[in-house]
Amino acid sequence: MTKISQTVGVGLFAFIALLGAAFAQDSLFKAHMWVLFAVLLIFSVAMIRRVSFAPVSTVSSEQRKSEYFDEVVRYGLIATVFWGVVGFLVGVVIALQLAFPHLNIEPWFNFGRMRPLHTSAVIFAFGGNALIMTSFYVVQRTSRVRLFGGDLAWFVFWGYQLFIVMAATGYLLGITQGREYAEPEWYVDLWLTVVWVAYLLTFLGTIMTRKETHIYVANWFYLSFIVTIAMLHLVNNAAVPVSFLGVKSYSAFSGVQDALTQWWYGHNAVGFFLTAGFLGMMYYFVPKQANRPVYSYRLSIIHFWALIFLYIWAGPHHLHYTALPDWAQTLGMVFSIMLWMPSWGGMINGLMTLSGAWDKIRTDPIIRMMVMAIAFYGMSTFEGPMMSIKTVNSLSHYTDWTIGHVHSGALGWVGMITFGAVYYLAPKLWGRERLYSLRLVNWHFWLATLGIVVYAAVMWVAGIQQGLMWREYDDQGFLVYSFAESVRAMFPYYVLRAVGGGMYLLGGLIMAWNVTMTILGHQRDEAPIGSAVPQLQPAE
Amino acid sequence: MADKHVDELSGVETTGHVWDGIRELNNPLPRWWVWTFYACIIWAFGYTIFYPAWPLLTENTKGIWNVTNRSVLKDELAVASGAQKVFVDKIAAMPVAEIVKDKSLSEFATAAGAAAFKVNCTPCHGSGAQGGVGYPNLNDNDWLWGGSAEQIYTTIAHGIRDTGDPDTRVSEMPAFGEMLKPEEIQNVAAYVADLSKQPVTSGDPAAGKEVFATNCVACHGDQAQGNRDLGAPNLSDAIWLKGSGEAAIIAQVTKPKHGVMPAWTVRLGDTTVKELAVFVHSLGGGE
Repeated sequence: MTKISQTVGVGLFAFIALLGAAFAQDSLFKAHMWVLFAVLLIFSVAMIRRVSFAPVSTVSSEQRKSEYFDEVVRYGLIATVFWGVVGFLVGVVIALQLAFPHLNIEPWFNFGRMRPLHTSAVIFAFGGNALIMTSFYVVQRTSRVRLFGGDLAWFVFWGYQLFIVMAATGYLLGITQGREYAEPEWYVDLWLTVVWVAYLLTFLGTIMTRKETHIYVANWFYLSFIVTIAMLHLVNNAAVPVSFLGVKSYSAFSGVQDALTQWWYGHNAVGFFLTAGFLGMMYYFVPKQANRPVYSYRLSIIHFWALIFLYIWAGPHHLHYTALPDWAQTLGMVFSIMLWMPSWGGMINGLMTLSGAWDKIRTDPIIRMMVMAIAFYGMSTFEGPMMSIKTVNSLSHYTDWTIGHVHSGALGWVGMITFGAVYYLAPKLWGRERLYSLRLVNWHFWLATLGIVVYAAVMWVAGIQQGLMWREYDDQGFLVYSFAESVRAMFPYYVLRAVGGGMYLLGGLIMAWNVTMTILGHQRDEAPIGSAVPQLQPAE
Repeated sequence: MADKHVDELSGVETTGHVWDGIRELNNPLPRWWVWTFYACIIWAFGYTIFYPAWPLLTENTKGIWNVTNRSVLKDELAVASGAQKVFVDKIAAMPVAEIVKDKSLSEFATAAGAAAFKVNCTPCHGSGAQGGVGYPNLNDNDWLWGGSAEQIYTTIAHGIRDTGDPDTRVSEMPAFGEMLKPEEIQNVAAYVADLSKQPVTSGDPAAGKEVFATNCVACHGDQAQGNRDLGAPNLSDAIWLKGSGEAAIIAQVTKPKHGVMPAWTVRLGDTTVKELAVFVHSLGGGE
């Protein structure tokens, strides 16, 4: 394969990073450009070693064009598993930091820098790679055509990894624009914009050149996710850099407009990244794994359009009882209520697809994982509208209940449906007969499920207790508890939360082991699940 | 591909399309789903009739009930402060020395002071007012600046070493590291440690007594009993602000650390400061 121009391009990019380091206006930018230079230098060297000057064989290139482009999906699957484990690990660390403040290690590893590292690692690195990887796989199969744009998909993959590395190293260095789920500074945002446009081109181009007459429902959801994230990213990150050779930038918005912009972005990052995108994943992998038709085509149309129309307005519910005008708070609340049924449309279609295949829950831990994902999806999309009601919100807001809600959606829905897709894909992508071990999938399922239950239940109790302590008055009309007392009361919950997160991390590690062994072509000798005579298994 | 096809298992017709082996059943929307969706939409529109909702050209609709976050808060605060008005007015009008003598008023002030203490004072003095190294315990009767309600009130109102308040309490122990020889400091530390029966290891208490008499009695008194007019601590008891033991005493004599407390009247108002004083006075050491 000749990759001369690409190699030269990466080398030039590395040189520009070096110039950035040389002429940097502040020490943080200098440090960050050195990081960029180091990453690109390693990448260039790796590419140079692979450059071949032999003429391209036209036969093999023609043949390649007729095949699905799965190499990038294979890389994506490995990246998904890797970043998943990293993200869960950082999550456990910051959970422990909250319980034991001495674990805050200044300046790089304190909670303030580790927290965005966790959220970005799980949402964008783990979730993002899962979405890009599965969307590339699904759009090819359901359009019966190779990915559009040749090596563009490689650019999307590696460009996205570079974005992740720059974002993560930036956080640890202390570079942030302080916008929730959009912490990277202006130059990293610009890079992500370029990558995202390439992603849109690849995906849309594949759909435009499809050999099926109709576009499959999974692709509607993937496309709505890609387009909306592009819009959210551009508007929320509109900013003016102080210098083109410095880290600091100033947002185009200020005051309550800025707050609303941030939560318009933040809420729809949940809505379109973590909901619509992963519904796309569900709409392909659940019917494939269950080998059953999708329950209702009509429901999929109605709930798709209702979901994407209603979701975009719900952001103001994050700003109840703030300086945001009352009418905007009303808007956020009533749209959240109306959003309940459109969200549940996806749950119905996912669960009912299994009608006629319910027995597989007993024998197939992958189906079990998907069902649990859909169950958590249904639960958190009921809880969300409920928490958006102002009287409920006055108790729940700013408490750990919100954290519990987010994690029942993130660990339960996003995590579990991704694990299901990973287990479905791993043997197929590497041409293996089956996974290394289905029993390990079962271990992963139970560890993850119990981990989520511990995590979410503990955070519900913690959050409601916090909310009640903050509003407790004595009969003379004075507050009973200080804030510090409510913090102190959280200690046992924070420890238990770390235990729940630790179980989830352990499940992730088992998945990494299982996937690695599958890739290497091993098969574990084990009794099938659901066999008539249960056999004792040694502890894993 | 768009030919009619019926799923054998459910007997439901599919749309006829196949994507990578996936078909879609042509099931209708579940009735309960549709009706719940309609109900949510109707409820949402209903809500906008009663509450501030629709943005118009210059302002938004106020809703039939004409309530906002602010109006609700204002009403609730009015009710809450109305219930406390009798007591609060009396506290505002009376000096603290009188308040502590009035049973019902001091009970109210103590509860109010406890609430204010939790929010404003616990970061330094602890949730039980037990203090910590550098932050006085407020439960005992060892007072730096006096333990009567009036004295406590003055301390809280004007703070300690608060440069923004001309009436703040100020005192400064000199850095004896620049005036005394190291062995003199060691000896005086031994003497002071010996006063409260702490073990003496390095210095000579007898020699230290001489140093003390020359340098320290002016503020700390000839019995090392302290002087509340100067904020000079009692050194003869077992209560230590900056840490006990010879090493801590040597450190403090050589280069003293001086605590700071802000003047609270500007932040909390005179009434709350009075309530705080009554609360602190009630903790056990009040005089």
